[in-house]
Amino acid sequence: MNIDAWLQAAIADAERRGLPELKPILETLARATAALRAADFNEHASGGRHAAVGSPQTSVGGRTS
Amino acid sequence: MMTIEQFGRRLRARELTAVRVTEECLRRIEADNSRLNAFILVMADEAVRQAREADKDLAAGHDRGPLHGVPISIKDLFDIRGVPTTAASRVREGHVAERDAPSMAHLRQAGAVFLGKTNLHEFAFGTTNEDSAFGPARNPHDPTRSPGGSSGGSAASVAAGMALATIGSDTGGSIRIPAAACGIVGLKPSLGEVSTDGVVPLSRTMDHVGPLTQTVSDACLVYHALLGDARSPLPAPMPLHGLRLAVLRKYFCDRLDDEVRARFDEALARLRGAGVLIDEVEIGHAADIAPVYLHIVLSDAAAFHAATLDTMPERYTPAVRARLEMGRTVLAEDYVRALKGREVLRREVDAALGQHDALALPALPIPAPPLGATSVQVGGSSEPVRNAMLRLTQLFDVTGHPAISVPAGRTSTGLPCSVQLVGCRMQTDALLKVALACEAQIAGPPAPRSGTLGG
Repeated sequence: MNIDAWLQAAIADAERRGLPELKPILETLARATAALRAADFNEHASGGRHAAVGSPQTSVGGRTS
Repeated sequence: MMTIEQFGRRLRARELTAVRVTEECLRRIEADNSRLNAFILVMADEAVRQAREADKDLAAGHDRGPLHGVPISIKDLFDIRGVPTTAASRVREGHVAERDAPSMAHLRQAGAVFLGKTNLHEFAFGTTNEDSAFGPARNPHDPTRSPGGSSGGSAASVAAGMALATIGSDTGGSIRIPAAACGIVGLKPSLGEVSTDGVVPLSRTMDHVGPLTQTVSDACLVYHALLGDARSPLPAPMPLHGLRLAVLRKYFCDRLDDEVRARFDEALARLRGAGVLIDEVEIGHAADIAPVYLHIVLSDAAAFHAATLDTMPERYTPAVRARLEMGRTVLAEDYVRALKGREVLRREVDAALGQHDALALPALPIPAPPLGATSVQVGGSSEPVRNAMLRLTQLFDVTGHPAISVPAGRTSTGLPCSVQLVGCRMQTDALLKVALACEAQIAGPPAPRSGTLGG
């Protein structure tokens, strides 16, 4: 489910249950979910991923000075 | 108020009794609790009975070890047989614990005296202690401010001299945040070391149990007692000269209150002057910490609360109910993504520690916020209070590394600042040796006395 569809469904469900005050925090969660989905550690069924974890492109806990 | 170490020496020298110190704690609770709201339940009769028994045992030559006769407070999230565990929520009305949580049984075995149950953010789901069925706990350094959370009443009880130590839980920072806000030591051991059975969960996969104390030595003593190993001797501090610290500056120190930053940099300068080797490391996926944490904690909490959200929603405080309801909307695929992120972050913290004895960063990017504040100014921009308070601690709940908050001086208005040290997984004792070595340098010169009640 894409995030827009999820957010619309979640807001509609909250309103149906008499919880319209959830809307702003659901929007906040949607932004966090978008960030999580954009992270380069996510794997893809196509066999690729945004960037392999531990690959040279990924900065993993290295010393910088 | 004396430390546990000082208490133990004077108890065994017959200069005081457990009853006398317990009664002194109860007097302070009586005097200050109406103002600080640190305690939900004061177990005065039971505490005096336990203290009397401790004195009798010691006189008969039965010494249970460093916690013998020590009056402590307990976050009201832990089961103590025969008394309610409210979790600061009306949802728990009518609950009475049938048995001690294993951690409480260990403390009882070690001879600790239970003074009572302390206030918290409802179900430990918040950082300010404002959302509680019993009203907010207040900061002893400034009662218009939050003591931090969720173990806010616990931290306030020690900072105000109502207890010699206290027990808290930490899922996103709930031991280290209030310790930092109240100017005491807060230890989150490595994940899984101290039993969480008999503790009302927030996240079964990230909950930690640990002590809040006046000194690092006291934290060692209580930590070992929680493990059921109360007679374990205090570890020797690591030699400061040649100790290797790595500062997490990028992301973690990007947005700090000016005075918090100043106290942190001064502490590092003192440590460097004492021969500590300090360099910097980065966590590559630091920007993903908050989304990973959020999706795990929301899902875990929603699973525990789903039934009562349906049957008694009106019994929750509105803000905590809303957060829990939000958790019920997280998709399974996003929870799994967060678990993947958790593994990545765990490896990155392991790698950052690689050649170092500990990581160093502040525990709290701001001084204790005013009660009622929803946002704070940090580093020139506005940030929600909850986000700011969790920003420097939640990573180590996600990864399970042990972490300790150590007092690091005060702001110009007398509010505590802190430094957080982080050690290798399942090596809490090694972290404590580092903290013992660094404690005095982190603290710096004694601050002029502020208005701390009983402090």
